[in-house]
Amino acid sequence: MPYIPHSDADRAAMLDAIGVKHIKNLFADVPAKVLYPKFKFPPPLDEQTLLEHFRFASDNNANVNDYMCFLGAGAYRHFIPSVVDHIVSRSEFYTAYTPYQPEISQGTLQAIFEYQSMICALTGMEVANASHYDGATAVAEAVVMAYNVLRKKRNKVVMSPFVHPEYRATTRTYVQGLDLEIVGDDTRQDAQSLLSLVDEETACFVTQFPNFLGELEDFRGIAEHVHDKGALWVVVADPIALGLFKAPGDYGADIVVGEGQPLGNPLSFGGPYLGFFATREQYVHKMAGRLVGETVDAEGKRGFVLTLSAREQHIRRERATSNICSNEALNALAAAVYLAALGKCGLRQLAEICYHKAHYLAREISKLRHYEVVTTKPFFREFVVRCPKPVAEMNEALLERDIIGGYDLGRDYPEMANHMLVCVTERNSRLEIDTLVRALKEVS
Amino acid sequence: MKVEQGLLYMESHEWVRLEGDEAVVGISDFAQEELNDVVYVELPEVGDTFAQGDVFGTVESVKAASDVYLPLSGEIIAVNKELEDSPQLVNEDPYGKGWFVRIKVSDPDEAKSLLDADAYAKFLAEEAKKGGH
Repeated sequence: MPYIPHSDADRAAMLDAIGVKHIKNLFADVPAKVLYPKFKFPPPLDEQTLLEHFRFASDNNANVNDYMCFLGAGAYRHFIPSVVDHIVSRSEFYTAYTPYQPEISQGTLQAIFEYQSMICALTGMEVANASHYDGATAVAEAVVMAYNVLRKKRNKVVMSPFVHPEYRATTRTYVQGLDLEIVGDDTRQDAQSLLSLVDEETACFVTQFPNFLGELEDFRGIAEHVHDKGALWVVVADPIALGLFKAPGDYGADIVVGEGQPLGNPLSFGGPYLGFFATREQYVHKMAGRLVGETVDAEGKRGFVLTLSAREQHIRRERATSNICSNEALNALAAAVYLAALGKCGLRQLAEICYHKAHYLAREISKLRHYEVVTTKPFFREFVVRCPKPVAEMNEALLERDIIGGYDLGRDYPEMANHMLVCVTERNSRLEIDTLVRALKEVS
Repeated sequence: MKVEQGLLYMESHEWVRLEGDEAVVGISDFAQEELNDVVYVELPEVGDTFAQGDVFGTVESVKAASDVYLPLSGEIIAVNKELEDSPQLVNEDPYGKGWFVRIKVSDPDEAKSLLDADAYAKFLAEEAKKGGH
């Protein structure tokens, strides 16, 4: 029997209070044909038949275990050591729902604390929160935070056109209710030339490292200029790249966010993913999300608690600057276990392998007729190739050869029709890379 | 619990000390006691202007975040920078080192609407009698 706390009298009183006669009237704007649709389900199946039905259906998917994959664009296939699944599958972690009472939740709290500490080390920042839903929401929260740090007095956000297109779209959706204007969509601009848009009206400057095209843009002098104008600098970073390249905190970033999926989380058809978020301590009171801190208990023993909770929406209510009180605890745990398993040197080695393999593929493609590697800036594990045919067509031909091709940049950047964003990770063997080169030659 | 003489108070527990056409603002001993350990005080910027009764900042204690209201209209001419690193001053010395802001008073007549120390003490006693705050 369902537990429904409201009696008919309660409901009548509530409807009366808002001046509505019937609950149905609240849905008047929804077209009738989609409001209460009649579902036509097939007849029920027994368990064995049902499992076979879905196994057969899933065989239609081109999955990354059976295909060679050169697709990245924000979601990356890296090897996940079995220890990650082993730890996150423990029922103490796996089944717990927001177990934040410190008396009974030291394990979960310590895991989050260690995740936060690792994100700080990776980004060169002083504080990191317990995570956001994904990279896109972390970017949007960073923009909102910058706006609040500067007391809502600055209404302009300069965002590079080479921040992930979905992150830019999410940010625009997110800030709709705020008095904020997002500029910087001109794709002829790089991080350096965009800087001229950063002025005294600007709340923050948002750049991505590596950018959506895989490039490592020249960030020299950005911190000085942005800070000179009194604005904050948000760097959207790839966590694997941070294993090899300088931490954004070391070159003056104020907020570092990004997609944490590459850290021990599977592709999983797009989610659940992990948004990491780190900033300088001076801004911690404006940071959204949960925060776990280390303390001592009554007996002086080390322990962990949620801290600075008064920042959060459930206490601050209408004065809160963010609606986020939650996090992706299991995904953050996976990231922490993954980072602990690889270690500092392991992460660096991994990043180097990706870097060298990607550069090997770029060299081989540049030898092909009809193709051109158009990336001229330094890059990490992704680069742009101009193809002789539309990318959709290319990818169809590649798929027939068991290859998942790169991302079609024309989808987001019309002037980049026929341009493919190709990604290489440690999962792509030399044989796979050479197979792709051969296939490209065949389909040109 | 102390109600300092010579100050004017709001029922929302802010105090103001008039000094010529300027005034210093903080929260009362009662307020800090109710809040418990103050961990963070968010203050406005010098140059900001507020009307009487406007929210000009926030006090965070371990378990709550509370708005603070400006007792008189005016422009912020100084903020207590020491609270950034030492918010506990609000608990330790609410009428002294725990001050929040100094303002340039724009309408001294507004002071008439505030409570003097005796009236505030009486207000607190009545609230306590009601059995809640």
